[in-house]
Amino acid sequence: MESTDLKQREIVIRRGLADRIFRRAMATGAILSLSLLALIASFLLFRGFEVFRDFGFSFITSAKWDSGSADGVTPASFGIAAMLVGSVVTAIIAITVALPFAICVALFLEYYAPSFIRKPLTAVLDLVAAIPSVIYGIWGYTILNNLAAGWAKSLNSWFDWIWFFKVPAPIFTRSPFIAGLLLALMILPITTSVAREVYSQAPRDQIDAAYGLGGTKWGAIRSVVMPFGRSGLVGGAMLGLGRALGETVAVYLVLNLVFKINLQILASAGGNVASLIATRFSEATPYELKGLMAAGLVLFLVTLAVNATATLIVNRARNTA
Amino acid sequence: MSTSSIEATSIPQPQRPWRQAKRAWRQAIVMLVVSVVGATLLMQVTGLAGVIGSYVAFALVFPVVAFLASMKYGKKAGQDKMASAIICLAFGTAFMPWMSILFTVFNRGREAFYSGFLTTDMLVNSSDQPLNMGGLSHAIVGTLILIFIASMVAIPLGIITAIYIVEVKGRFASYARFFTQAMSGVPSIVAGLFIYTTIVVVVFNRFNALAGGLALAILMLPTVARTAEEVLKLVPDDLRAASYAMGASQFSTVFRIVLPTVRSGLVTASILGVARVAGETAPLLLTSQYFVQLTTNILDGPMASLPTYIFANLGAGSDTSVARAWGGSAVLMSIVFILFVTARLLGGRNTKSRH
Repeated sequence: MESTDLKQREIVIRRGLADRIFRRAMATGAILSLSLLALIASFLLFRGFEVFRDFGFSFITSAKWDSGSADGVTPASFGIAAMLVGSVVTAIIAITVALPFAICVALFLEYYAPSFIRKPLTAVLDLVAAIPSVIYGIWGYTILNNLAAGWAKSLNSWFDWIWFFKVPAPIFTRSPFIAGLLLALMILPITTSVAREVYSQAPRDQIDAAYGLGGTKWGAIRSVVMPFGRSGLVGGAMLGLGRALGETVAVYLVLNLVFKINLQILASAGGNVASLIATRFSEATPYELKGLMAAGLVLFLVTLAVNATATLIVNRARNTA
Repeated sequence: MSTSSIEATSIPQPQRPWRQAKRAWRQAIVMLVVSVVGATLLMQVTGLAGVIGSYVAFALVFPVVAFLASMKYGKKAGQDKMASAIICLAFGTAFMPWMSILFTVFNRGREAFYSGFLTTDMLVNSSDQPLNMGGLSHAIVGTLILIFIASMVAIPLGIITAIYIVEVKGRFASYARFFTQAMSGVPSIVAGLFIYTTIVVVVFNRFNALAGGLALAILMLPTVARTAEEVLKLVPDDLRAASYAMGASQFSTVFRIVLPTVRSGLVTASILGVARVAGETAPLLLTSQYFVQLTTNILDGPMASLPTYIFANLGAGSDTSVARAWGGSAVLMSIVFILFVTARLLGGRNTKSRH
């Protein structure tokens, strides 16, 4: 019995009509939601194109935002440099404050908390992540603003030899510092949850090996857990950064919108692109509205770039674990 | 061989050398006292004051005391204790502002409540009138309508996207997965601008609630899609294989086997999506705006919602209008809480919210 012509049968998938329609329908839906991003970008570009054409590169580099007078004596002039710098400054303050806390909270929940309070605390953390931004805003406006103005005053009196802690006038409310603190609070849950996820995947055997060598808990965390979670942590921080860059209402309520590039974080002047749009929208002239669309496009592209990078990093950290 | 002889000998108790000895407790109390004294001294020197100032002073002193107290076991032990102290303190510090937010919202929100707060609108009352006139029924109804519109769009689309990624595994699956993830970071105001330029300006030429709902749908879609994707992945492949082995098509496998298996998980995904957008303000400022009367016409004219109610009343500036804003915050917060607890109860342990 010799069968020399044994060949593997070719696998052919013949899908029925129902399946073909089903797969086509699902693909259409998915591509529809996929194309939303492209749609957003193209419509904002379409509406804001005129402003990009009129102002060119100075739209990014100029700090002057003036809708012009109705009779046309003072021409309109649009530039978002001050707002872009403001966005970046507040977001950097936010992530600088939030990151150490995120690391500590994540380590506490994963390695220090007694097991019986871990679950409820995680649930509370998920819950505060869902606090709407307008509630952060009203709290920041009434409570944090006055509280943090006092802290800003102390910072200023101790550290005014550092240039960015100087102020032109002793007014400490509604500053980028306060907006940054509020944003830090808002992005803490998301950064913490990413940090917690990567820390929880640290290899148990290596931690036990660290203990076995006579190491302390902190020793195990510093030599095993933290290096393992570093890249995921960077991703989590960038996710937080993206959120902080695009926040509107909370920043609108606690920050004094001034069209001047301001790096003195304790001074009562600043802004961000999102709150510029919210502030100017209701009374904008048609031409200014196009400027706002252009500003929206810039904001969209910046946050999308930050978020896409963060997503890549976080996904890689998730998969290698 | 009787059991009594075994019982007679004393049963050895398990040793628990890792348990905190009495001495450790005593040491902890001494450390606490020393830290409080140290913090008081620090406050005298640096000018820290008030409740928060004393907490900061304590938080600065305690890790140092913990370090010094454990130094007799060596530097490593000292560092370990100091790290524990810092991590626990940082955890406590991080939770304080959130507790302050929740406390303030419900404490200040109480002022605005009276019997008619939830059942009247602001058509005949201005926001600076006394707090026993007018209410926010229009805002609650508006928010429910907006959420309904957003859900009608985002939940089916989100679940379809998830099915495409997990079940169909088509050509664009990895792109769809990546971009829905990246989409969750789209600033809410940009979603508002997009809907404004398309729906408000082009289609209707006026502000309306449908536009507001669609703007919320854009923000809700990634949450629903991502969470639904995670849920679908939990379905064991055995179930699918069994279904195919019975000769079922993919269509009936998905709709009769996979989706019914994860029904509660999909409900959770939807609720988390709703909780995500219930408090969104910025896109509504550009689309459905704010209106003082209870309206149900979604195609014509602005419509109130809880976030814009809070925003408008905060902007009005008088004492009573700010109190109304806090009242609105309390209602909004309660709605988000209820949604969240429901999602938890339905979804069980293995449904994780994704960002």
